[in-house]
Amino acid sequence: MEYQLSFKDYHKALMKNKLMGLKCKACGAITCPPQMSCRNCTGFDLEVVELTGKGKITTYTTIYVAPEGRENEAPYIIVLVELEEGPWIMGNLYDMDPARADLDLIGKPVELGTRIFPGDKYSDGPAARPVFRFTDGK
Amino acid sequence: MRKVAIVGTGHTDFVSDGPKTEVEMFCEAGTEAMEEASVTPKDIQALYCGNVFGDFAEGQGMIQSYIANELGCHHIPATRFEGACASATLAIRDAFIWVASGFYDVVLVGGTEKATAMGTPLATRTFAMGSDGKYEFPAGITFPGFFALLANLYSAKYDVPMERLREQMSMVSVQSHFYGTKNPHAQFKHKEVTAEQVSKGFMVASPLRLLDCCPFSDGAAALVVASEEKAKKMTDKPVYITGVGQASSPRLSAQAPFLPRIRAREVSVKQAYDMAGVGPQDIDLCELHDCFSIASLIAAENLGFAENGKAGELWEKGETKIGGKIPINISGGLKAKGHPIGATGASQACEVARQLRGDMASEARQVEGAKIGLVDTLGGDGIISNLVLQTNV
Repeated sequence: MEYQLSFKDYHKALMKNKLMGLKCKACGAITCPPQMSCRNCTGFDLEVVELTGKGKITTYTTIYVAPEGRENEAPYIIVLVELEEGPWIMGNLYDMDPARADLDLIGKPVELGTRIFPGDKYSDGPAARPVFRFTDGK
Repeated sequence: MRKVAIVGTGHTDFVSDGPKTEVEMFCEAGTEAMEEASVTPKDIQALYCGNVFGDFAEGQGMIQSYIANELGCHHIPATRFEGACASATLAIRDAFIWVASGFYDVVLVGGTEKATAMGTPLATRTFAMGSDGKYEFPAGITFPGFFALLANLYSAKYDVPMERLREQMSMVSVQSHFYGTKNPHAQFKHKEVTAEQVSKGFMVASPLRLLDCCPFSDGAAALVVASEEKAKKMTDKPVYITGVGQASSPRLSAQAPFLPRIRAREVSVKQAYDMAGVGPQDIDLCELHDCFSIASLIAAENLGFAENGKAGELWEKGETKIGGKIPINISGGLKAKGHPIGATGASQACEVARQLRGDMASEARQVEGAKIGLVDTLGGDGIISNLVLQTNV
């Protein structure tokens, strides 16, 4: 069975600021990032849909000790975002000084943008990284 | 299924920048376990070995084959288990299954790791391989980052103010370092810490600071497991493996409906409890996967020792110390004993087996009268394995 939405196609769309997901034809649940089966009912009958990229922050951390090759990125904020369509995805928050991030971030509305992780010797090439900004501009 | 017992245990010192190779460390732990069980290489029918980053640390893959033959167990089937930090527990579970089934009578099982050979930047990179490399690593997630996300979520979801959670997390590290000073194999056997030191250490991934995090470590641990019939001839203190569990997880973001709970742990430990016919209230001591201070609280809840959001109270009230309701990580835990990841599950099982045999009095950390112990190991962002060990069967 072929993937409805492969990593490569998800990545290509994200590079154009489009967040793609999968809608289950059986239960209607949205799955994102993509996978072979519906995250809710495990069905395989899925169709590709474009998501709004809007959601709210559910948790965050500021990373001070980065992996090899990414030391110059630190400090940076990682967030988990609950999308309007239901699923959570991981990304970065580039809208504020990482040292000022605190629990007040949780619940804040955000929307998607994209930057690229150029990849390292273990990653089999580059990957688009979701980055979020505050929806209300604050 | 046949009954299966641990009949021999071996444990090297856990250290930083150790002088020995991964093969040497495993063989030292392995021969210690074989001597305890009075078995020779000819008695060992199979070798199961946890090892995660030998490829990166020493440029050594398929280490299990060399270990078997260096031990003198020529040509026996040897299998490497890779489940990140849970690798050795997966190996023990499989050893149990194959001996219980009757396929083998005697298996040598353990793990070895030389994580400090990688240095902190590469180790931080390789440890992040225990998260989703395609969809989550691009954001720069690290292993402390994973639990830092859960710590902030825990505070918000369970309404535990961060100031109080900070104090509870510090208590976890302080207790682990206290017991670590009593464990002669512990990486930090000479280092006690204060709550202030934990709460003022440098930030790794907010809110987790240096002393919230376990260290990178080198070391090995091993067990000889045998069928009940063989076990009774080998030792007068067999420790039976009466329950095993294992469960998997999707990438962290896809665990959303349950977080900060690790649902796989609840699934795995239920398998182990049900098989053994026990519950959390029956456990006399537990070695749980405290890779980070917050991880201890989450684990204690998932294992059934506290309600969600309440595990910190166990540490606040001293219930996790010897004499408390549920002594936890009396070895010093991953935090103070050290965390050579491919060996950690075997180290935990070794510790619990020795406690149940009553061996720890000489180290002034015996949980008196302990009959039932629980092992809990977490790999990456969601491989879990649990073992129930018992002397009273």
